[in-house]
Amino acid sequence: MIASAPIPLSAWIEGIGLLAPGLPDWPSARAVLRGEQPFTAAPSLLPAPTILPPAERRRASRVVKLTLAIGLEAAAHAAADVGTLATVFSASGADGHNCHALCEQLATDDRQISPTRFHNSVHNAAAGYWGIATKSMAPCQVICGFDASFGAGLLDALGQVVIDRQPTLLIAYDSEYPEPLHAKRDTPDCGGVALLLTPTRTTRSLAAITVSPSNASAAQLAEPALENLRTAIPALRSLPLLQLLARGESGRVCLDYLAPMQLNVDLQAC
Amino acid sequence: MTPLLLSGYTATTCLGRGLDATLAALRDGRSGLQPCHFETVDLATWIGEVPAVDAEKLPKSLARYDCRNNRLAQLGLQADGFAERVRAAVARYGKARVGVFLGTSTAGILQTELAYRRRDPASGALPDDFIYRTTHNSFSLAEFTRDYFGLEGPAMAVSTACSSSAKVFAAAARQLALGSIDAAIVGGVDTLCLTTLYGFASLQLTSSQPCRPYDENRDGISVGEGAAFALLERVDQAASGSILLLGTGESSDAYHMSSPHPEGLGARMAMQAALNSASLNAADIDYINLHGTATPANDAAEGKAVGALFGDRVPASSTKGATGHTLGAAGAVEAVICALALSHDLLPGSPGTTTLDPAIPLAYQLSSRPAPLRRALSNSFGFGGSNCSLIFGVAP
Repeated sequence: MIASAPIPLSAWIEGIGLLAPGLPDWPSARAVLRGEQPFTAAPSLLPAPTILPPAERRRASRVVKLTLAIGLEAAAHAAADVGTLATVFSASGADGHNCHALCEQLATDDRQISPTRFHNSVHNAAAGYWGIATKSMAPCQVICGFDASFGAGLLDALGQVVIDRQPTLLIAYDSEYPEPLHAKRDTPDCGGVALLLTPTRTTRSLAAITVSPSNASAAQLAEPALENLRTAIPALRSLPLLQLLARGESGRVCLDYLAPMQLNVDLQAC
Repeated sequence: MTPLLLSGYTATTCLGRGLDATLAALRDGRSGLQPCHFETVDLATWIGEVPAVDAEKLPKSLARYDCRNNRLAQLGLQADGFAERVRAAVARYGKARVGVFLGTSTAGILQTELAYRRRDPASGALPDDFIYRTTHNSFSLAEFTRDYFGLEGPAMAVSTACSSSAKVFAAAARQLALGSIDAAIVGGVDTLCLTTLYGFASLQLTSSQPCRPYDENRDGISVGEGAAFALLERVDQAASGSILLLGTGESSDAYHMSSPHPEGLGARMAMQAALNSASLNAADIDYINLHGTATPANDAAEGKAVGALFGDRVPASSTKGATGHTLGAAGAVEAVICALALSHDLLPGSPGTTTLDPAIPLAYQLSSRPAPLRRALSNSFGFGGSNCSLIFGVAP
């Protein structure tokens, strides 16, 4: 009904977490993205979720371990209190192994599925375990955008930072399906990135970020193995942005979102 | 927040297709629940099934989206002239300026469940006609809707179990406040499937009778299905009688994956956040549409939270005895029920509930009755401790 001049989607980045095949954490990824270390292909290493109470730790799936690892890394990087942080989880799918097990059993005559498998089947399972682990009662958003999941999560997280004026932890992640679903959705392994976004600059701010719509082509990575990760794992559509952050450079990169809509990211290093 | 206009809205559930059927059922205190004969499901439970969903044909150009969930989505979009309202908004604002924010808990998982019965006996492969992206994936509903209208702007699925399609109102409101879009299609669609029917049964959360929210003898949910949509826009001077989104509130229980916080702490925080967002006090609310699933734990915890904030003054009811629990669609279905209640000065009752739980002292409405209403609050809570409350009002 009424037009309104767009408010810039801007925030400060205070913390980064990353885990991907061959890139076990942000410091190692940073060294690779700066060209200081070669990329070595390896399966993703998921640390044990020691923060969870024993009962939940036993039930923790790969996506739970992944999201706790990257979310806690980003929060620690920023020295933020995870017990108060609002979160935006964004994933192209839920727990693929759990989904396969449910579908396999429901195709048999014995359909008495396990209640734990059922509650772990929700798309927001990792977010639920995050809440139990961190005791944060702040708003927690859980998004799916298929291959566009990183961009969708970034848009909502920036919305919370700008409109609700609250530090918000974006946790974008994906994981693999076993066969036979793997043949239909071939995400190769677990991978994800977490960014702690804040509405005001502090001494810990790493860079200012402003996002705007675009119809340009997405930036690519020169190193073929990294470019392969960018296209294979939806959360890693963020890699061109992470490369700027790793190098401490200012500049503009275009990230893949949802054709024909792309996202320009302007980064100003602190 | 600045109030947003619901310039169109619609709901399709087991009560019927569209607003007239829904309103008539609410007025009459009718339930759409039936004994479960869905697919090959063998469970002693009642369900809220929408008739003839599988007779709905998608256009050839969208055939890749064909599954029960998107068939119900299309059925829902075509009710009450909602699709025409969306097309008018697209013509007004442009196809990149109308966003899509839709909630679902299971999307088209039924399609995968059925495909697993047709695996190649030798290789175990799924059949060639199974398409993961456009049926199974949680985004398939939002992507189908975006393609249905030929949109080119932002789209996202929110999937937080049974709060999904309440939280889309908050996400869309943020983008409208930012001015990154001019209109938003919000809503939710969830359809019956084996995962949820056998899953809730495994947790012993399904009732063998039609569900009885807030009843002393309540013993579980009746799973339902539904499609509900609203078109949200900014407005400077809302016409008298139009329905507005006044506030949104979100919180997390941080307590347990499938049980609510026993004191309803997260629920209370979400309701308080919605009041703060709308700059209202508890005394300003005239009706509460409760989450009211009819499980012993949910209604006890929610009752404590509502009692702590509102006392026993505000008329409240759960409408899940009428619609069943439509899971990821429940937030949007009940948002539309609030809009109907406000437009028609109707306090909805609670079909199925006969003996109120004396341990929960609320002004619970067993039967529908006329009452002047200006503002309504709707609660939606999900697995993983995801809570969302919305406040709607009627423009004076």
